[in-house]
Amino acid sequence: MLRFENVGMRYGIGPEILRDVSFSLAPGSFHFLTGSSGAGKTTLLKLMYLALRPTRGLVHVFDKDISVTPRDEMPTLRRRIGVVFQDFRLIDHMTAVENVALPLRVNGGRHAEIDTHVRELLSWVGLGERLDARPSTLSGGQQQRIAIARAVINRPRLLLADEPTGNVDDHIAVRLMHLFEELNKAGTTIVIATHNHALVEEFGHPVLQLDDGELVVRRAGSPAAGPN
Amino acid sequence: MLGRRTDLPFERDQSTRFLPWIVALMVFLGALMFAGALVVSDTIDSWNSTLTGRMTVQVPHDAADDAATGTLVAMLGVTPGITGVRPVPASEARALLIPWLGEEVVDSGLPIPALIDVELAAGAHIDANLLAARLSQSVPGTTVDDHRDWLSALINLGRTVEILAFVILGLIAAAAIVAVVFTTRSGLAVHAAIIELLHQMGAHDTYIAGQFQFQAMMLTLRGGIAGAAAAALVLLVFAWVGQGIDAAFLPPVSLTFIEWLALMIVPAGAVAIAMLTARLTVLRALARLP
Repeated sequence: MLRFENVGMRYGIGPEILRDVSFSLAPGSFHFLTGSSGAGKTTLLKLMYLALRPTRGLVHVFDKDISVTPRDEMPTLRRRIGVVFQDFRLIDHMTAVENVALPLRVNGGRHAEIDTHVRELLSWVGLGERLDARPSTLSGGQQQRIAIARAVINRPRLLLADEPTGNVDDHIAVRLMHLFEELNKAGTTIVIATHNHALVEEFGHPVLQLDDGELVVRRAGSPAAGPN
Repeated sequence: MLGRRTDLPFERDQSTRFLPWIVALMVFLGALMFAGALVVSDTIDSWNSTLTGRMTVQVPHDAADDAATGTLVAMLGVTPGITGVRPVPASEARALLIPWLGEEVVDSGLPIPALIDVELAAGAHIDANLLAARLSQSVPGTTVDDHRDWLSALINLGRTVEILAFVILGLIAAAAIVAVVFTTRSGLAVHAAIIELLHQMGAHDTYIAGQFQFQAMMLTLRGGIAGAAAAALVLLVFAWVGQGIDAAFLPPVSLTFIEWLALMIVPAGAVAIAMLTARLTVLRALARLP
């Protein structure tokens, strides 16, 4: 599904943000990504969702070596990856339906089909009554759920979420986690970047822990272990 | 609800507001330039068709009598390459001079030469000096006016004006391209966050470029229609004013139906250039993304 081999990443001539990162994600797995601020979580996620290319090392996504994949094949790979951004990145001039429909539009879906799927999904995340609302009129939790709906509407094989529970209370956070678990049971590989240690302990999935640009993989509740 | 044509909120982009005005001005100037080039081209064609293949023989006033004219007509009639000879009646010669000199001067005993209009066979080349020398042996002082010399100078001038018009048209198009490039780049900067999001969702570069292309089409279509309408109005006014001018050598200001249609190339070209420019600008910018 996803494999990193000795990946290093630096921006321009700055210091290396990630050093010799190696790990692999099996299809259908569920991982947390943790680490202190500035440890490189967002950079690692960007490499995973193909917004960046590593400065060294190899990244394999869906069995494709990114360093030799032609640029015009990258959109096809990106369509199989759903991303929930920390700041949601909802488009303010669009309604909830239009925001969630965007990946399907990009994918060339038909209007009627898109409309049906989007309404169903928004109802499933509890926003069936706010279909035509603009993001600015919704609460943080509601925006969060739109962002998640948008990330999963395309039925991605890999779902990456950057602090998806950061803006909601504990009760909603647990509900969102159950939502991610349901998606995971349906076969979606999931990586959730979070600072919420309680959540990590409660759900007990393996942890990718970044420490000053270096990665260790461990079981929840267990001390740091070497890379896979 | 999902009928939105573009994902990018172009209507909020202040930098696009001026593009229709710029395009309107450029299409207006371009259409006038193009119309000017068409008028010059028509004029050159008109001169070519009426004056090439002809010569005019002038018999000095004091030697111009029926006998001399008859002799010259006979000589010209047997000259190879000449297909028609017509002595110009005095009344016709007088009518030709009146617009230039006035009736009073023409009728004041002006020594008007007799004229013989000579029609040449297609492709025939007759040396006017040799012909004049031969005719002068029978009627001294006879001259031959070959229109080609001064006509070629006029045609050269006309062609130069025509080329200049197209060069200016090209410069206007180049200025339009620069305006579209800057507007598009500004749009790329303003909408960078949404573009990055679309890119991450797996949008092909052509999907994003298509949205800018559509926007460029809408903006330039508005400007193009306004500019073309203004130019058409000006040309109609010129044609109306030009109707009252009775001078054979002034170019006809009015355009034919086909030329009016051809004039539509200017706004249509502006739209096509803007769309292509926007597309290429966006594709080039997006190529930097991974």
